[in-house]
Amino acid sequence: MARTVVNMPAQAKRGEVIEIKTLAGHVMETGFRHTERGEAIPRDIITQFVCTYNGTEIFSADLFPAIAANPLITFTTVATESGTLEFRWVGDKGFSASHSAKLIVV
Amino acid sequence: LKRGAILLGIAVLAAAAAAGEIPLAERRSGYEFMGRETRAMQDDDATNPGTLWLLDGEALWSRKTGERSCADCHGEASSSMKGVAIRYPAVDAKGRLLNLEQQINECRVEKQKAPALAFESRDLLALTAYVARQSRGLPIDLKMDDKTKDSLEAGRATFHRRQGQLNLSCSQCHDERWGIKLAGNTIPQAHPTGYPIYRLEWQGMGSLQRRLRNCFIGVRAEPYAYGSKEFAELELYLMWRARGMKLESPAVRP
Repeated sequence: MARTVVNMPAQAKRGEVIEIKTLAGHVMETGFRHTERGEAIPRDIITQFVCTYNGTEIFSADLFPAIAANPLITFTTVATESGTLEFRWVGDKGFSASHSAKLIVV
Repeated sequence: LKRGAILLGIAVLAAAAAAGEIPLAERRSGYEFMGRETRAMQDDDATNPGTLWLLDGEALWSRKTGERSCADCHGEASSSMKGVAIRYPAVDAKGRLLNLEQQINECRVEKQKAPALAFESRDLLALTAYVARQSRGLPIDLKMDDKTKDSLEAGRATFHRRQGQLNLSCSQCHDERWGIKLAGNTIPQAHPTGYPIYRLEWQGMGSLQRRLRNCFIGVRAEPYAYGSKEFAELELYLMWRARGMKLESPAVRP
């Protein structure tokens, strides 16, 4: 399982805009490089990131070969109700990583 | 104005005469030469990609390897490893100069009875970063004494020796020309305050010796081998040169 880091407040006021920072450990091999012997290094990247808030998708991103290794994705959302945020990264070679975090809305 | 110019001229001459070492008060970490975004990336553990290696290092710390884990002898790293990285490279009981990576491998082979990790391997960088992290914010504490003097002077000599096809010494850029541009980049003062670093150009973590290889290749000199005595001496001199500056490990650098 790949390393992921998610940073967001554990508690927020109803209606407050919260910032969520995510980091996923991944080489993001572009597929455009070759070894010293001229063999192509196959593409190996994260292709999609999705975040759901109590089951509803609130943010998603498609990733491409130009994105650097260990992609850092930061976004915001409005704290509407207490619940769980699920984060999921999927990619080449069956790559899959997930993370979940609780948010308490007061 | 003329008198000012003459005084300035004298000041420049005086500075040139004293060239060689940066006065202690004028030393600046590479951090201060970075842009706002890169600094922000380093400052927050949630955005510093070095965190990914720290998590690996934390897991390795308590994993049994060979006969025992690091934690079996050293316990909690947050207390036992605090203040360790700021004293490396150090001379061991057998009189050998070891950097932090080499000390970790020494422990693995001698105490854990496990094979040494390869230089620049993910696990060795993760463990080194994890150990160094425990000293973040502490001042680098290297002294010139009977044990370190010979190695330190050898490192200093390497730093001031012109080498490579470009016939440049480390000192010519980092003591005499820091702050000006080399191509698009600002030349820093070469203080190893945040190793191992996450370098954006590498898209990964690397040791000080990997960074030194870059400079050697840059002046078209043949780099020393990883783990060589010469590299450890140069590392020792650089850490002594940065004595009193705060450790930032794992730092982010462009």
